[in-house]
Amino acid sequence: MSARGWQKHLGLAVGLPMAGIDTDQLIPARFMATPRDQGYGGFLLHDLRYDGAGAAVPNFVLNRPESAGASILVAGRNFGCGSSREAAVYALIDYGIRVVVAPSFGDIFAANAVNNGLCPAQVCEKTSASMLDALAEAPRRVTVDLEACEIVGPACRVPFRLDPVWRQKLIEGWDDIDLTRAYAADITAFRDRDARARPWAAVRPPGGHG
Amino acid sequence: MSAGPQTLLDKLWHAHEVLRRKDGTSLLWVDRHLLHEGSHHAFAKLAARGLPVAAPEQSFAVVDHYAPTRNRDEGGVTPEIRSMIARLKENAARHKIRLFDLMDPDQGIVHVIGPEQGLTLPGLTINCGDSHTSTHGAFGALAFGIGATEVAHVLSTQTIWQARPKTLRLRFDGALGPGVGAKDMALAWIAQFGADAARGHAIEYTGAAVRGLTMEGRMTLCNLSIEGGAKLGLIAPDETTFAYLKDRPYAPQGTSWDRACADWAALPSDAEAAFDREESLDCAQIAPVVTWGTRPDQAIPVTGTLPRGEGSEVNSTLTYMGLEAGRPIAGVPVDQVFIGSCTNGRIEDLRAAAAVLAGRAARVPGQVSPGSARVKAQAEEEGLDRIFTAAGLDWTGAGCAMCVGMNGDLVAPGARCASTTNRNFKGRQGPGARTHLMSPAMVAAAAVTGEITDVRPLLAGRAVA
Ligand code: SF4
Repeated sequence: MSARGWQKHLGLAVGLPMAGIDTDQLIPARFMATPRDQGYGGFLLHDLRYDGAGAAVPNFVLNRPESAGASILVAGRNFGCGSSREAAVYALIDYGIRVVVAPSFGDIFAANAVNNGLCPAQVCEKTSASMLDALAEAPRRVTVDLEACEIVGPACRVPFRLDPVWRQKLIEGWDDIDLTRAYAADITAFRDRDARARPWAAVRPPGGHG
Repeated sequence: MSAGPQTLLDKLWHAHEVLRRKDGTSLLWVDRHLLHEGSHHAFAKLAARGLPVAAPEQSFAVVDHYAPTRNRDEGGVTPEIRSMIARLKENAARHKIRLFDLMDPDQGIVHVIGPEQGLTLPGLTINCGDSHTSTHGAFGALAFGIGATEVAHVLSTQTIWQARPKTLRLRFDGALGPGVGAKDMALAWIAQFGADAARGHAIEYTGAAVRGLTMEGRMTLCNLSIEGGAKLGLIAPDETTFAYLKDRPYAPQGTSWDRACADWAALPSDAEAAFDREESLDCAQIAPVVTWGTRPDQAIPVTGTLPRGEGSEVNSTLTYMGLEAGRPIAGVPVDQVFIGSCTNGRIEDLRAAAAVLAGRAARVPGQVSPGSARVKAQAEEEGLDRIFTAAGLDWTGAGCAMCVGMNGDLVAPGARCASTTNRNFKGRQGPGARTHLMSPAMVAAAAVTGEITDVRPLLAGRAVA
């Protein structure tokens, strides 16, 4: 299913001042056998949110009462590095997050995010640090504008970077499968050409010939 | 495409580009698609739209992440795990995809069996919903991990949209010292440049030390590309590559093999080809490397000392790891060891560990999980299993096992594990687990001494595999 497109998002931003939040932390592996329709929001950052006995860690940012309803997460560099598990994006989306702001993202995570309507907004280290400083006092409501590539709040206006193709995809809510099927003739033509150019690339079942 | 000198990446890209959109994104043809239990999200997406699999003969599925390593006939240690495996079976059967099931003599970790079966070949595009798909780049294949939405896309179209990554040539000069191998090369560059240093790049590994590696070593090096943030890793195919692949079950045969080898020989980067970035390392400077923290770039030579708390992040990491700033890393006691994974679960890795363990007893418990059923059979033929069990380690079945703990092989909270795996992330091997990544020989040394130890003195007078 494709994500619905969006252009502007007004929401509550919270800060998670940690670098290298990998996808194993975003969703620990043990939750990944769950079918998606059961909802992944409860798994988000599970082992940071809850202690070994399952009790909420009182000081963790998402557990503070003033963070309720947060939809924008501001974090340190290399957010979403590691495992390609798209479940990390499902956990963010199902929790209600629409935008993650960080100085850099794991490549596969960022692609997965865009495929699910989650915006990976890249800002410079300085901007990230000052946003995290501001959010350390309290979460704030800001608007993320995909058209302008800006995050706008009462006392801030910061630009972010987003691959133009991804930006378009988020705005339109494109579905790649539908898009690709429009190129079916090109794919068939390639396939025929390629079969002659690289005959050895065809799968040869064991015991077969040629 | 320009007629000028080309890199290996240029050649691979060109050969698979169905079309390029105006915005620069390419639609690439996918030669091989590998699936595992985690693919259930992608199959669910297809089912929801009623879409068929476009080319089922080009997809291969394997039970690995949830594979039980003990009592395999029970099919999984919990009902949830059994149902994950059953779901893969159902999906593979429904779409007529070849499945390497739990009891199949060719079962194993997806990145171990791909090459082992000859499904992985130079000049192919290979995708899998798993970040360590970079492993297959060791053969000169364009191989990268993708997410579930992309897996559904590959299943339904046999293509994938990708922007071409930038190129980084990483040269390893000089020769490795004894007891130092591919895992140390990988951890050394990641420690030096950083866990996100290669973001957006395809790394081509070159230099005499890379040429000198076996295919197993090359796979270890390419496997860890993702831990330095790279999109993929590449090594130019050569005679070592061809010799490994010849007569593998799915490899081309006869005249097709000759034609393939001729085409593959033209793949290496042209002499004058330009890269977006160039870096190099001197292998003579690389000692066995150990990670101390919770990111793969938090790694130091085994002869080094733990960093002093420069900032709260280092301090909180040291606290999580139960380590003291400024102390030598050698001598830190471990609770257990793990040998296995797609990084270091191949026959050569097991030989390297056995070379250290032969005739010695482990002071701590540990598990050895071969990367595939074939690796297991070969190790048993060579008597390596008896070396491990005589030392007191558990010799188990093949799968991802304690690399990620999905099958129930977990490290207990607070326990310290010397591990041949690829990720020392918080909680990766189980909630609260403390992971130290290192080579198979170094893990064997930790088993023998019960602490993090420089393996080199333990190799004195021994034939090293
Ligand atoms: S062995 Fe570990 S890293 Fe490799 S595929 Fe399995 S879980 Fe992933």
